[in-house]
Amino acid sequence: MSYREGDPIADTRAPAGPLETRWERRRFAARLVNPANRRKLTVVVVGTGLAGGSAAATLGELGYNVLSFCYQDSPRRAHSIAAQGGINAAKNYAGDGDSVHRLFHDTIKGGDFRSRESNVHRLAEVSTSIIDQCVAQGVPFAREYGGLLDTRSFGGAQVSRTFYARGQTGQQLLLGAYQALARQIHAGTVRSHPRTEMLDLVVADGRARGVVVRDLVTGEISTHLADAVVLATGGYGNVFHLSTNAKGCNTTAIWRAHKRGALFANPCYTQIHPTCIPVSGDHQSKLTLMSESLRNDGRVWVPVQAGDDRPPNRIPEDERDYYLERMYPSFGNLVPRDIASRAAKAVCDAGRGVGPGGLGVYLDFADAIERLGRASVAARYGNLFEMYQRITDEDPYQVPMRIYPAVHYTMGGLWVDYDLRATIPGLFVIGEANFSDHGANRLGASALMQGLADGYFVLPAVIGDYLADGPFGPVGADAVSEAESAVRDLVTTLLSIDGDRTPESFHRELGRLMWDLCGMERSEEGLHKALDRIPSLREEFWRRVKVTGSGAELNQALEKAGRVADFLELAELMCVDALHRTESCGGHFRVESQTADGDARRDDDHFAYVAAWEFTGVGEPPVLHHEHLRFEAVRPTVRSYK
Amino acid sequence: MKYTLRVWRQTGPTATGSLVEYEVDDVTPDMSFLEMLDVLNERLQLAGDAPVAFDHDCREGICGACGVMIDGVAHGPGKATTTCQLHMRQFDPARPIVIEPWRAAPFPVVRDLVVDRSALDRVIEAGGYISTRTGAAPDAHALPVAKPDADTAFEAAACIGCGACVAACPNGSSMLFTAAKTTHLGALPQGQPERFTRARTMVETQDDLGFGGCTLTGECTAVCPKGIPLSTIARLNHDVLTAAMRGD
Repeated sequence: MSYREGDPIADTRAPAGPLETRWERRRFAARLVNPANRRKLTVVVVGTGLAGGSAAATLGELGYNVLSFCYQDSPRRAHSIAAQGGINAAKNYAGDGDSVHRLFHDTIKGGDFRSRESNVHRLAEVSTSIIDQCVAQGVPFAREYGGLLDTRSFGGAQVSRTFYARGQTGQQLLLGAYQALARQIHAGTVRSHPRTEMLDLVVADGRARGVVVRDLVTGEISTHLADAVVLATGGYGNVFHLSTNAKGCNTTAIWRAHKRGALFANPCYTQIHPTCIPVSGDHQSKLTLMSESLRNDGRVWVPVQAGDDRPPNRIPEDERDYYLERMYPSFGNLVPRDIASRAAKAVCDAGRGVGPGGLGVYLDFADAIERLGRASVAARYGNLFEMYQRITDEDPYQVPMRIYPAVHYTMGGLWVDYDLRATIPGLFVIGEANFSDHGANRLGASALMQGLADGYFVLPAVIGDYLADGPFGPVGADAVSEAESAVRDLVTTLLSIDGDRTPESFHRELGRLMWDLCGMERSEEGLHKALDRIPSLREEFWRRVKVTGSGAELNQALEKAGRVADFLELAELMCVDALHRTESCGGHFRVESQTADGDARRDDDHFAYVAAWEFTGVGEPPVLHHEHLRFEAVRPTVRSYK
Repeated sequence: MKYTLRVWRQTGPTATGSLVEYEVDDVTPDMSFLEMLDVLNERLQLAGDAPVAFDHDCREGICGACGVMIDGVAHGPGKATTTCQLHMRQFDPARPIVIEPWRAAPFPVVRDLVVDRSALDRVIEAGGYISTRTGAAPDAHALPVAKPDADTAFEAAACIGCGACVAACPNGSSMLFTAAKTTHLGALPQGQPERFTRARTMVETQDDLGFGGCTLTGECTAVCPKGIPLSTIARLNHDVLTAAMRGD
C-alpha cells in the first residue's frame, strides 16, 4: 500500500520565544473557566491509568462534571500498575548536577531528536511537581535512613534522578491517582464506569462530543455525551500479540478516533525493551519485563564463542563477552533501551545467544552480590528476583538471569498539539495514547513521568481554554445514532461470521508477522512482504473468525475479536510508516540505514519531522502530513553512548 | 501432560451454576495456569461452546484482576502468589483441579469465574486517601519520613486489591484489605490528619456493604499474594477504637 502527501501541519499552540518560559506564558494565556460554570461542563475521560486517573481526579477537583471509563473491573487495575522501575524528575536531590535543562536534554537526545522541544521542556519542568504531589498523596517512595527520598540511575542518563518504590513504582503511583479519583467519586464530581469499553467517538458539528461504549457485563451499547473527550487509553504494543502489556491493552479507542478524523503520528515508533524473560513456548500469552533498574547492578554478557553451551558458571571470565561494556564504555550496561535491545539481537543472530533456541543473553548479578552482599541485592531487587524464579524455575542469586528483548511501549499515537488537542476539536489525548514527548525512543522511567505530567498538570491547565467556549449545546440525534449503529453493526457482524478460527489465533499470527517484519529491525523487503500479507490476513479474519455467544452478555471472545479487528488495520499503517521512513532513528531501525558499527543512522535532512497520518478508508492509501521539527535549544547530533 | 479440570460454570448472576469437567491435553510444565485455561478456551470456542469467563489482565501478579479458588484455596497452591503466577509444573496431572470463583456475599458472581468486586472500590471511596489538591503540595523533602514508617507503609501499600482475603475468610470479611490501606496511609506523617476518621468510615462502609466481621482467623494473610501481615488489622482496630474515644 502506498500513501499520498498532504498539507504540512503546524503546532500552533506552543508560544514562540524563549523555551524556558513557554509553558508559563501558555498557562497565563490560556483562558480560565469560572468555577460556577465548570460544573455545567462535562468531560469524558477514557482510561484510568496514570494519565487518565490523574486527569479525571484533577478535573473533578476543579469542579468539572467528569465521566470516567475503563475496561477493567476497577480503575485501580489499569496497566500503569505494572511499571516497575521508577519515575524521573529533575529534583537534583542527589546533588549530581541534574537540572530541568539536563532532563530536557537527555530526553530529546534519548528520543533520537524526533520529539518537540517545547513539549519535552515542559515535561522536564513539571517533573518536579509530580514528585511533590505524589509524596503528599502518600506514595511510599524509597527513602534513605535520614528520611529523605532515595533515587537511582536509569538508562540514557548519567545522573541519579529516578524515584522509585522498590520494583512497584507504577503500582504505587497508580494507587495514588486512583485514591485521588476515589475521593472525587465520593465527592460526586466523577462518575466511574468500570467494565465499560469505548467503541466509538461521537463527532458532531466538527467537535468531539462523546463516546459510544459497551457495558462489558450486560452488553448494553450506550452513548455518553460531553463537551470534551479525553483519551488516556495507553499504547498499542499488543499489535505484536506478545508484549509486556496487559492482555487487555488495545488500540480500539485511539484507532476508532483515528477513523473519525484524528491524525495518527509516528505509528512505527515502538519500543523493544531489552530485559524481558525469554519466550518459553507456543502457548505463551504475554511476556514479563524485568525492570531496567536491574541494569544498574547486573552485567550483561554472552559467551565469546558461538555455540558455547556450557552452563554459565563454567564459562571462565576471559571467555565471556560483556558486550555492552565493551561497545559502550561510558554508559556500559546503562545504554538506552533501543541500543541494548539491538545489541542483544546482534549477538544472538551471531549464534552467541544462550538458553533454549539461543534467544537470550545473561544478566549476571554475581559481581553485585559479591560487592554489596546478598541482602543488599535482595533489598533492591528482591521482588524481581522472586518473579523471575517463579516463571523460569531458576534462582537468579545462583545462576545469571536469561533475558531477551520484548515489545514494551509505543512512542507513536494520536497526534496532539502543545495543548494536547488532537486534530478533532474537543478531543484531547494524554499519556502513552498520544505521540508527543518521547520521539523515536522513550527513556526508562519517563512513561510514568509523562502520564502524570499530562494528567495532573498539563491537561487541567489547558483544557479550560477550549471549554471556555462551552457548553456546546445539544448534539444532533443523527450523530449519535450513526455512531451507535456503526458499533451495533460491528458487534452483529463479528457474531454472525461463525467461521473456524478463534480471534486469538488471528492475533497470534498477526503478532508473529509484525515481530518478524516490523519489529526490532525493519527492511524494505520485509515491510513490503508485511504489507502484502496483512490485508489478506484481515480479509481472512472477516471470513473465518468464530465468536461464540451473544452481544447481550459478558463475552470476552467478542471483546477480543473487536480489538484484533482494529490491530489488523493499525498494523498496516505501522508498516506504511516504517517503510516510508527510510532512516533509522531510536526504536525504528531500518537495516538499510546503519553505520559501519551497526548503529542507527539518522537522516535529518529528510526526516526531521513527525509523520501524522490521515485515515482515508480501510486498505486505502493514507495521507501523510508533515510536522517539521525545529531544534533551537539542542543541536541534533549523532547520538553516542560510547 | 493431560489435566482434568472441574470448572464452575454459571451463565449469569441469577443463574444456577455447577461444576463441569473438562480434559486439557498438551499442557507443558512451563505453561502458566491461565495459559492452560487459554488452551481450554480456544478449544471450547472452536467447538461452538462458550469459553470459561475469568478475569485477568497484566499476568504478572500486580494488577489484581485474576483470582480463583483452586482446590478450595484462593490463588491456589503457591505461597504469596496470584493465580496468574502459577505454573503447571506446580500441579500433579494425576489429580483433578477444581476451579471456582471467589465466594462472598458482597462479591456476586457475574459469570463463571468472574465476580463483581466493586464493593472494594466503595470501601476506598469512603476514605482510603489523603485529601490533597493537585498542585498544592509542598516540596517532597519538606517532610522527612522515618525509614521504619516508610517501610511499614510500603509493606501495606503492596496490596493489589484482588479480594483473595475476603474469599478465604470464613466470615467473608474485608478487614485485611481495609487494614492494608489504613496502615499504608496511617503510618505516614501525611496521613495523620485523617487517620482516625479514615479508619472509622472505611470500617463502617465495609460493614454496610455486607462484608463479615473479623475474628482474626488469619486465613486472609495466609493466601494474600503480597503477604500483607495480620498486624495491619491490629493497627486498624487501634485506630477505630481511638476514633471512638476521640469522638472522630
